[in-house]
Amino acid sequence: MKVEITVNGASTSADVEPRLLLAHYLRDVLGLKATNVGCDTTSCGACTVLLDGESVKSCTLLTAQADGGEVITLEGLSPDGAELHPMAAAFRAEHGLQCGFCTPGMVMAAVGLLSENPKPTEREVREGLEGNLCRCTGYHNIVRAVIAASGQDPDEVQGAAIHRVTDAGGVEAAAGFSSGDSAGGGE
Amino acid sequence: MIPVGFTYERPDTLDAALALLAEHGDDAKVLAGGHSLLPVMKLRLAAPELLIDIGRLDELRYSRVDGDQLAIGAGTRHHDLATSDVVAAEAPLLGAVARTVGDPQVRHRGTLGGSLAHADPASDLPAAVLALGGSIVMRGPRGERQVPVEEFFTGLFSTALEPDELVVEIRVPRTGSAGWAYEKFTRRANDWAIVAVAVVDGRVGMVNMGSTALRASATEAALASGASIPDAAALADQDTDPPSDLAATPAYRRHLARVLTRRALTTAAEAG
Amino acid sequence: MSIMGTRVVRVEDPAFLTRGARYTDDLDLVGALHLTLVRSPLAHARIEAIDVGEARSAPGVVGVFTGADVDLEPALLFGGANEKMVRAFLAKDVVRFVGEPVAAVLTEEAYQGQDAADLVEVDYDPLPVVIDLKAAATDEVLLFPEAGTNTSNGFDHEKDLDPNLFDGCEVVVTRELVNQRLAASPLETRAAAAEWGEDGRVTLWCSTQNAQDTRSEVAGWLGIDAEQVRVIAPDVGGGFGAKIGADPEFALVAWLAKQVGLPVRWSETRSENMTGMVQGRAQLQTVAIGGDRDGTVRAYRIDVLQDAGAYPRLGAVLPMFTRMMAPAVYDIERVESRARVLVTNTTSVAAYRGAGRPEATAAIERAMDLFAAEIGMDPAEVRRRNLLRPDQFPLTTKGGAPYDSGEYEKALDKVLDAVGYADLRAEQAARRERGDAVQIGIGVSVFVEITGGGAFKESAAVEVHPDGAVTVLTGTSPHGQGHATAWAMLASEHLDIPVEKITVKHGDTDLIPRGSGTMGSRSLQTGGVAVYQAAGELVEVAKQRAADLLEANVDDLVVEQGAVVVRGTDTAVSLADLAEREKLRVDTRFDSGAPTFPFGAHVAVALVDVESGKAVIDKIVTIDDAGPVLNPLIAEGQRHGGIAQGIAQALLEEVVYDEDGNPVTATFADYGIPSAAELPSFTLLDMATPTHLNPLGVKGIGEAGTIGATPAAQSAVIDALAHLGVRHIDMPLTPLRVWEAIEAARSAGGSRIEGAK
Repeated sequence: MKVEITVNGASTSADVEPRLLLAHYLRDVLGLKATNVGCDTTSCGACTVLLDGESVKSCTLLTAQADGGEVITLEGLSPDGAELHPMAAAFRAEHGLQCGFCTPGMVMAAVGLLSENPKPTEREVREGLEGNLCRCTGYHNIVRAVIAASGQDPDEVQGAAIHRVTDAGGVEAAAGFSSGDSAGGGE
Repeated sequence: MIPVGFTYERPDTLDAALALLAEHGDDAKVLAGGHSLLPVMKLRLAAPELLIDIGRLDELRYSRVDGDQLAIGAGTRHHDLATSDVVAAEAPLLGAVARTVGDPQVRHRGTLGGSLAHADPASDLPAAVLALGGSIVMRGPRGERQVPVEEFFTGLFSTALEPDELVVEIRVPRTGSAGWAYEKFTRRANDWAIVAVAVVDGRVGMVNMGSTALRASATEAALASGASIPDAAALADQDTDPPSDLAATPAYRRHLARVLTRRALTTAAEAG
Repeated sequence: MSIMGTRVVRVEDPAFLTRGARYTDDLDLVGALHLTLVRSPLAHARIEAIDVGEARSAPGVVGVFTGADVDLEPALLFGGANEKMVRAFLAKDVVRFVGEPVAAVLTEEAYQGQDAADLVEVDYDPLPVVIDLKAAATDEVLLFPEAGTNTSNGFDHEKDLDPNLFDGCEVVVTRELVNQRLAASPLETRAAAAEWGEDGRVTLWCSTQNAQDTRSEVAGWLGIDAEQVRVIAPDVGGGFGAKIGADPEFALVAWLAKQVGLPVRWSETRSENMTGMVQGRAQLQTVAIGGDRDGTVRAYRIDVLQDAGAYPRLGAVLPMFTRMMAPAVYDIERVESRARVLVTNTTSVAAYRGAGRPEATAAIERAMDLFAAEIGMDPAEVRRRNLLRPDQFPLTTKGGAPYDSGEYEKALDKVLDAVGYADLRAEQAARRERGDAVQIGIGVSVFVEITGGGAFKESAAVEVHPDGAVTVLTGTSPHGQGHATAWAMLASEHLDIPVEKITVKHGDTDLIPRGSGTMGSRSLQTGGVAVYQAAGELVEVAKQRAADLLEANVDDLVVEQGAVVVRGTDTAVSLADLAEREKLRVDTRFDSGAPTFPFGAHVAVALVDVESGKAVIDKIVTIDDAGPVLNPLIAEGQRHGGIAQGIAQALLEEVVYDEDGNPVTATFADYGIPSAAELPSFTLLDMATPTHLNPLGVKGIGEAGTIGATPAAQSAVIDALAHLGVRHIDMPLTPLRVWEAIEAARSAGGSRIEGAK
């Protein structure tokens, strides 16, 4: 079937199998190799790209589902390669990458995160990146990078208590005690 | 990693989608968000011959007040629910629960209708909708029908949907002022709930305590007859059949159900 | 100005953050066929028949091969293992673990591979399965009948334990401990590609931590000279020890490429990786610790059963390091150990961050806590009373390890002070008094570890080019550790040429025939020092040439901004100019001769919801002292990654097999690898105690964080429950295990939890 997708601002089109995953359209049809595939259970997020402005896992999308849409990959963030996108620059400055395999997806997920939450707390960064796994960094510097990219000072925002004791006796933690999320309210 | 090959249709209208479904029956699967279906297909645990993509049908994507109910299109994404002012005002439990499903990327694609139709007892939204009450609207070749949510979930991954029907709308009571809470217990933030409890307006829905989302009926009855929260919560695991897996034994799930119910009821009571 | 010790951002990053790194699966290989493997779904079975007829005629299939086709000798994957325990490159008669490759399918397109593989029909005759180590030790179910035993090898494993070891001890505590099996889980799975040239040589690209070792291994398996093999390690997406050396699949890829006369490429899925790539830890330990009520530990024993998996690999030697590091940081009169390595119907075990040393530290730290609980003494105090003292260094320990330098008590004091230990104990007491649902626990670990990777020699070459750029060749093999930046800094220190003009190359055996790669935290203390040495030697050569050229005295010459200058004058000649006149390159080799012993202390603070069993590490304060720090940015990153993996072992991760040998945690959805939401930010304190073993005084930092964090985290959670009567919980401390421990202690008469309604 024929698909037409705008990728990093450029029109692309190809005749593809319906089962071609978007990640492979990007990597193998377009030759954009930055986006990586790290798992087969939609767990690791290494394949994260932006589709119509929202972060998605390109391994769990058919190319067909992106037909007519706009995709941005890591390559599209810093198009001329010379100057780094602010998020990429922050990752470099804070040493938020080591082997680099999770990095393209992590950066795209972080860009998506800030587009929805421009000034996140440390907890919000950690939860906002729950769909992206990294084995090298322990996340410490990734958190700093995202906080820095949001225009906040990592030294001030990081390390603030990310666990709060609630009145109901549970602990509202980044990892959750009584809840992965504990939420409640009413008038 | 790579699904078995299939053919793909992306109908422009709901009626066209229904026509395809009627024609192909069991050989076809509906693709909405795809984040329940595609992972299973990638592991080759399912291999439908035809995928009918309804993910782009904007007519299914809305949240609006309709009388004393909130009407939500089946194609509404979890992210939409989590960020919708209407949902926050009229059924805040739903938005809060949607916010806990998977991770941000999954929430950008997964749909309410898809989650309900998939009917995984370990997923969050069926229990939330069960706690809210209301009805599921389905459409097929025989027209449109509504089923109370209590009758919608019939068994493990089974619902009242006929093979040629689609969920088109979910209707829940407007409970904006009632106390509510969601307690979701996981090992890792992104995991399926080991157990979770949704509470709103004296109704309690539970995740992963049986082959479907369940109500804690004994707890609800106790509350209605004036029992204290701790006493009522102690009954939460009655008439449940919690599964056993690496994360939990049935005994542990029962314990968690009681603890989480108590906590959720307490939070809801303090807020309401 | 010296660049040493400065936070230089990485030169690798601009490429990594724009076009992305270039991993093996990213390579353009024109005409390469795709390899898909058919793998055994059974843990132990005889192969009765394989029918590849239908698969052969599937779309795009160029060839289907089975064990009968592969004319390579089955290989002994570790030299010290029982020589009967060999592995075929495709299983011939017997499969011994779920995931063992049975057939190879080559297709033109990647997407055709699994379709064809699904058509291969294998007839299995199931055999009894042995998973449990103690069951394996009975030799009732044998993996290799021809070996007559499941014991691959051991270390004093046949010797009797000394029945008098604990004579005179007022208190003795014995415990069986599990150091559970883990999956290294680098984000890049294994990948390889091979192409034979007309000259009869094969180029093998693969995701490995040591190209040179991979080359000799693969050449040996293929039965050809190493000269005929060129290994290239492209960018590698993490290794953590699991990519040390070659995998049998690499040789298979090369062999298949020869058969079909076309390049062949292979990239495994994560699910394949979770059974196909080597796993880590997997020790069952019996520890016994004895001493007096005043806190003096007099005797310690560790008795290890090491799971080798179905085919012994590097894991078969790791207990040797566990034994060597058994006494850890403590001065204990009598220390005894032995270890037996057993095969089971599971994935092979090899190195994973720490490789034998985390096991030693976790065991003795747990023993120290158990001893402290038994005598009713504060666990930090018990440790303090038994630590080796600075004036005792250097020494050879009761484990036979030559410790170079260490200030263990200083590290302990610093972390206890930084975390506010006394205040934490006070808060703990207050919460216990109130019967809070959320209790806090404090876990202390003091640790030492051995680095050098057992390979103390390393090569380096430094060359200045006529255009002023510099090339460094190194025998190390970074996969995230930032050597391109760090080694450039080391060269820059001597040459005074900016790091941006220095290119570091590694991982191509044609370019760098000798090298031992990156593992065992060896790189800086061997390879880095070699680079530093080479650059220093180059400066000496340059000075000699400049002295002649400038008619100056060598002693009056200094190197400034890439030029040799007569001190205090304008008279100079640039290194580039010297290179123009005559090639300016130095090749050198450095031999540190011995391992080094970084050390440290961690304090972890756990929050445990005693109603639900959920535990998190809220805070961890760490010292990982590996001597002087070349680049703090990079060193901190290594510590962070290690600490995260350490906490994850304590609380989240475990590879689980059911009794039929089916892996239960073989996807990232099931295996407990943490996301950012599971972890806190880490507090890193500085301490740098040099070694005398190399001119830079540096030790290895890569694995220390893991070694210190695991016992601190485990201990913290157990400590939170101590008042309820809980003494021990095996890792990982999942909510289920924590809850069951609380329930067990409660029914054994532990104190009631107040406030839990």
